[in-house]
Amino acid sequence: MTPRPTRVQLFVTCLVDRFFPAAGHAAVEVLERYGVEVHVPSDQTCCGQPAFNGGFAADAAAMARTTIDVLSHSVDPVVVPSGSCADMIVNHYPGLLAGDAAYGPKAKALAARTYEFSQFLVDVLGVDPAAAPSGPTLAYHASCHGLRGLGLREQPRRLLHAVAGERSADLPDAETCCGFGGLFAVKMGPISSAMLDSKLDAIERSGADVVVATDVSCLMHIGGGLHRRGSRVRARHIAEVLADPGHD
Amino acid sequence: MTEAALAFHRRIDAALADAGLRRALALTAGRLAGGRAAAFDALTDADACRDDARRARAGAIARLDSLLDQFAREASARGCTVHWAETAADARRIITGIARERNIRLAVKSKSMATEEVELNEALEQAGVRVVETDLGEFVVQLAADRPSHIIAPIVHLSRQDVATLFQEKLGATAADVADIPSMTALARRLLRAEFLQAGMGISGVNLAVADTGSLCIVTNEGNGRLTSTLPRVHVALLGLERIVPGAADLAAVLTVLARSATGQASSVYTNVMTGPRRHHGGPGAGPAGEPDGPEELHIVILDNGRSRVLGTPLAEILYCVRCGACLNACPVYRLIGGHAYGGVYPGPVGSVVMPGLHGLEDWSELAHASSLCGACRDVCPVKIDLPHLLLEVRREAASRQLAPLWIRAAMPAYSAVATRPRLYRWAGRAAARLARLLQQDGWIRRLPGPLGAWTASRDFPAPAARSFVEEHQARKAAAR
Repeated sequence: MTPRPTRVQLFVTCLVDRFFPAAGHAAVEVLERYGVEVHVPSDQTCCGQPAFNGGFAADAAAMARTTIDVLSHSVDPVVVPSGSCADMIVNHYPGLLAGDAAYGPKAKALAARTYEFSQFLVDVLGVDPAAAPSGPTLAYHASCHGLRGLGLREQPRRLLHAVAGERSADLPDAETCCGFGGLFAVKMGPISSAMLDSKLDAIERSGADVVVATDVSCLMHIGGGLHRRGSRVRARHIAEVLADPGHD
Repeated sequence: MTEAALAFHRRIDAALADAGLRRALALTAGRLAGGRAAAFDALTDADACRDDARRARAGAIARLDSLLDQFAREASARGCTVHWAETAADARRIITGIARERNIRLAVKSKSMATEEVELNEALEQAGVRVVETDLGEFVVQLAADRPSHIIAPIVHLSRQDVATLFQEKLGATAADVADIPSMTALARRLLRAEFLQAGMGISGVNLAVADTGSLCIVTNEGNGRLTSTLPRVHVALLGLERIVPGAADLAAVLTVLARSATGQASSVYTNVMTGPRRHHGGPGAGPAGEPDGPEELHIVILDNGRSRVLGTPLAEILYCVRCGACLNACPVYRLIGGHAYGGVYPGPVGSVVMPGLHGLEDWSELAHASSLCGACRDVCPVKIDLPHLLLEVRREAASRQLAPLWIRAAMPAYSAVATRPRLYRWAGRAAARLARLLQQDGWIRRLPGPLGAWTASRDFPAPAARSFVEEHQARKAAAR
């Protein structure tokens, strides 16, 4: 059995860095709470997913090389508070750089030690968070790439159930896409908006106070939609909920 | 954007504005998706079944040329006439030729997307052949002068009431005739029975051809495929050249997942395997009395129409497809806009690869952008085609041919140039955040400029933080020391 890691590198993702720093700080706080030293490589940028999904493979590969360099100064596991960006590193970097003699092997090595945040907590650290005596009712939205790319089905639910217990709302069609899809949200705005509407209706019907996900990209979309509607429901990243489960 | 892409966006807007369509789609696609899920849950090893089917299809596509040769040889040896159609026009010419030479005035058809693809009905009508669609859904489509909007459920876009009104208008149906679905079905059946008995030609597609016996497998739920292929004197089967398996074992592997994926049934109600035309007294294997029924002539038209161009390309995996329609039912985009919006014969995730693959990126690559890459299609594909990956391949090829919108073509290399220079990235991020914060009110931006306005048309956009996570984290660490 591999020893429990005591140090990780945090790749926060470009969206957390610029738009949702609170989710990044919360991830640091939670990891440190469980005895893990967190190193934040200061040169980190973007994993390259926007270019990859747009069909700009060469641009995506350039960003992948930068990210590989940034995260290969140490062999510590890499934790990513985003299923989508972790999926990019784990499932797409090796293929994207398969023909690159220098970076192909590095991509594989990085993929093997990269984890989405909740996956790392449950599968690697085996944490079982304490129940919070009070707090908001939570609904969990399963972000697509974490769910279908990394197989994140149980881990986030288990963590949320541990802290919220009975304060968990059942979200219908929780595994249906919210319609974000990166550039899709802009290129195909009307479809994306219609998908979001269905998601928002389900969230508001669920009776939850807070909708939780593993990805700030989906939360940016859902949260932006909730705010436009004037909804009382708020969108929060799972790290924020675990850092402060009583907060609403 | 190309004119074709603009037209696609106009069709999307029209579909999204059609509340009746949205309701009909949610109901039927939802029911089909639910049926599929239940059928696979009931299998003891659903995943292994999908692996078996994938192996069967991958193996066949890997040696497609030799299987096709074998199939043509075996089918000919059993009395079939095999024709090769390189293009849709070839298929139309061959089939109208067969009808003309035999002076055929009426043809009955069972459901076939390949005939839709080559626009066979129009060609036959022009050649003086009346064509009657006998699949109930296609019968309605024909009556409405419409197009199928789904691979297996052609009228998924219509409600029961839509069909009742159509029957009253076009068939003079009474209120009792359209009182419920069984009554409407009974009316269609009465009308169709007479057509079956009079038709000189039957036309079908092929679900799968079996190479080692030269057989054709056709599955239907209404029995119309069986009537179409046995009653008329002449039968014509249009076979997409990729729809082949080496033998019965691989046929069984695919059939195990086909109906489950399509409708949630363990198997279709009618699974026909036709081997050669009717054998008469004294024919090989026919027995002393000969076969009681079957067509006197069996023509098989093998259709390429762009398929062989996909072989050996990054899109080749799409040739594994067995046209079950599960990816349509699972797709949140298809479920909102329906099949017609895609503009081609094949809609949904599979269509967004098939159409650009077969008919060119210039007119069709925009379809591949109508996906959030959520992956729901990949999860339900009976032969595990990695559809999101193929959609990305289409996007990649389109981007390399400068088919993406100008602002994206400009933005991506610029973004990459910045993101591969960490210090520049920090500086540019700070500058962009400062600029964007000028637009905010209470942490939200209600209106973004340019193409990004498509976001704020329906959603607020968060204002960037005054200080990035990395900067703040470093400051906190420094303060703690």
